[in-house]
Amino acid sequence: MSNDHAAQGLHAVRMRAVDKFFGEGDARTHVLKSTDFEARLGELVMLVGPSGCGKTTLLSVLAGTLDADGGEVSVFDTRIDQITPSQLTRFRAVNIGFIFQQFNLIPTLTAAENVSVPLLIQGKPNGEALKRAKAVLETVGLGHKANDRPSKLSGGQQQRVAIARALVHEPRLLICDEPTSALDRENGALVMQLLRDVARAPNRTVIIVTHDSRIYSYADRMAEMEDGRVFRVLNSPAEIAEAHHGH
Amino acid sequence: MYLVALKMLFGDQSKYMMLVSGMAFATLLMAQQSALFCGLMTWTYSPLVNMNIAIWVSDPKVEQVNENKSLRDTDADRVRSVDGVAWAAPLHQSIVVARDPTNSNFKFITLEGLDPTTLAGAPAKVVEGSVEALRRPGTVVIDLFAVERFSEGRDSPIGVGDFLEINDNQAEIVGIVDVQRPFIGGPFVYTTYDRAVGGYAYRSRKMLTFVLAEPAPGLTPAEVARRIEQQTGLAAHTREEFKWSTIRWFFKNTGIPAVMGITVMIGLIVGMAISAQTFYSFVLENTRFLGALKAMGTPTPTLCKMLLFQSIAVGLIGYGIGMGITVAFGRMAMNTRQIPYAIPWQVPALVLGIVLLISSVAALSGILRIARLEPAIVFRA
Ligand SMILES: Nc1ncnc2c1ncn2[C@@H]1O[C@H](COP(=O)(O)OP(=O)(O)O)[C@@H](O)[C@H]1O
Ligand SMILES: [Mg+2]
Repeated sequence: MSNDHAAQGLHAVRMRAVDKFFGEGDARTHVLKSTDFEARLGELVMLVGPSGCGKTTLLSVLAGTLDADGGEVSVFDTRIDQITPSQLTRFRAVNIGFIFQQFNLIPTLTAAENVSVPLLIQGKPNGEALKRAKAVLETVGLGHKANDRPSKLSGGQQQRVAIARALVHEPRLLICDEPTSALDRENGALVMQLLRDVARAPNRTVIIVTHDSRIYSYADRMAEMEDGRVFRVLNSPAEIAEAHHGH
Repeated sequence: MYLVALKMLFGDQSKYMMLVSGMAFATLLMAQQSALFCGLMTWTYSPLVNMNIAIWVSDPKVEQVNENKSLRDTDADRVRSVDGVAWAAPLHQSIVVARDPTNSNFKFITLEGLDPTTLAGAPAKVVEGSVEALRRPGTVVIDLFAVERFSEGRDSPIGVGDFLEINDNQAEIVGIVDVQRPFIGGPFVYTTYDRAVGGYAYRSRKMLTFVLAEPAPGLTPAEVARRIEQQTGLAAHTREEFKWSTIRWFFKNTGIPAVMGITVMIGLIVGMAISAQTFYSFVLENTRFLGALKAMGTPTPTLCKMLLFQSIAVGLIGYGIGMGITVAFGRMAMNTRQIPYAIPWQVPALVLGIVLLISSVAALSGILRIARLEPAIVFRA
């Protein structure tokens, strides 16, 4: 399925020659070095590479939470490097779902309330948002935990709630930074199955940053990064398996 | 999102309790002190409250109702002859010592000598006996505060039929009235003007403290007061004017307003310190989640409004609790009659204003942080 879309060459996300610097003067570091990146509709792309190579920075630029210092960033035909900050905020609210390494569920809200947040941000009424949130929690297998607070859930369950939250407003782009690195192997696998089978959809792009080689097999394609630049793209699971046969 | 904001804060029990109790404490401190102050101030003009008189005529130098710079005896007639004065009556007011002859208990009292024919200025709320009985020779009417004062050390409380010795004159108590107690001087003891000046009060050259007057129908007290001033050269105050000039006098001449001002400042500072600091640490602890909300597309102004909403919510809850305690305490205080207490609308309004100010400052401390927050931080572990 995903390969059909890939074959159509529908570039959902495209970065061209993006630069990013941090710091000033002597402390100034060149973190993204004129890098390119692209991802297509319907696929699950992994961005991998050693720690500190710039994966999170690239992801932040892509998500519009960090401004690039040069280059082009377009997401679904919108040049997000050219719109106003408030347009960008609105764009994120509508089009992007976020999954964080540390889950970032609000501890004083129930699972369902946490999941409803993206709908509330868009101004949906509370009751409607909660109803929809509970439905999405069912799809990640946590319908029975809807009224529990995050502290009563395991790490794996919390990340599944976070997945529900990232999907509840049906965004076209799902952005995940190290979604499994706070989890054990079993829960990591469960989370990856959800991301592949529930999150991935024909009109959605899923981008996962990771350095967890145990989950490489879930990727449709893979971009490999080193020292601020994507240096190689593996275009099929077969190529990925070939390149990383040790895992 | 405001519901989310409330749940974020209310769910954090310890911070929430801390904030609410800080606000409640600040409210209590400020409202309590203001109510005590207002109570004290109402006590300063008790004669104005107790005697329902429209116009008070005095020596031009008199600034407040507890002052005694006497008029000439003829001044009552001069006031009476002013066009627009319906009637005018003399009033003697002075502080003297009275003794309970049964046990030689001495107390200061505020003696009020009323016009013997009209008894103008006689208190309205009679608890026992009658005010009319003052027309009998050698009689006085005392207030409940006097009953309390003179009953100390007696087997049974002093009452109607008992005697007081006022400046060596035996005076029979013929009535007990319920009036507001004075700020300075002792309890109120009412008698007639002639008895007051004829022996109950200490002798001096002039004994007429005030001339009490009423405007003729169709004229306002202020109009008639101005006419009295023009035609007699005396000072004439309406009740309202005299009340405020009395309050002004106490403001200028006593340290009470400064003390109360300092306490309100302390309330403000304590409230500000506790709530701003607690709220800031609440925001700090929630930075990760607020950052996540920001990344997920919550506009910064919305986040700021959420913080303001949170801090105003705890401010109002704390205010409610603090005012509740203030009012409850006020009920008790007013029942004892020992503690001055008054809560005019200005007190809750002023305190509410300060609480909202504290809330806004507390919210601002968080807002400054959130506004600078890079949404990208949420990806950093
Ligand atoms: N806000 C920042 N300020 C300064 N340096 C940063 C900042 N964020 C990241 N960096 C630096 O940029 C480099 C890339 O970081 P990051 O994108 O987090 O890498 P990765 O996610 O691949 O581990 C690192 O050297 C990091 O120290
Ligand atoms: Mg990273």
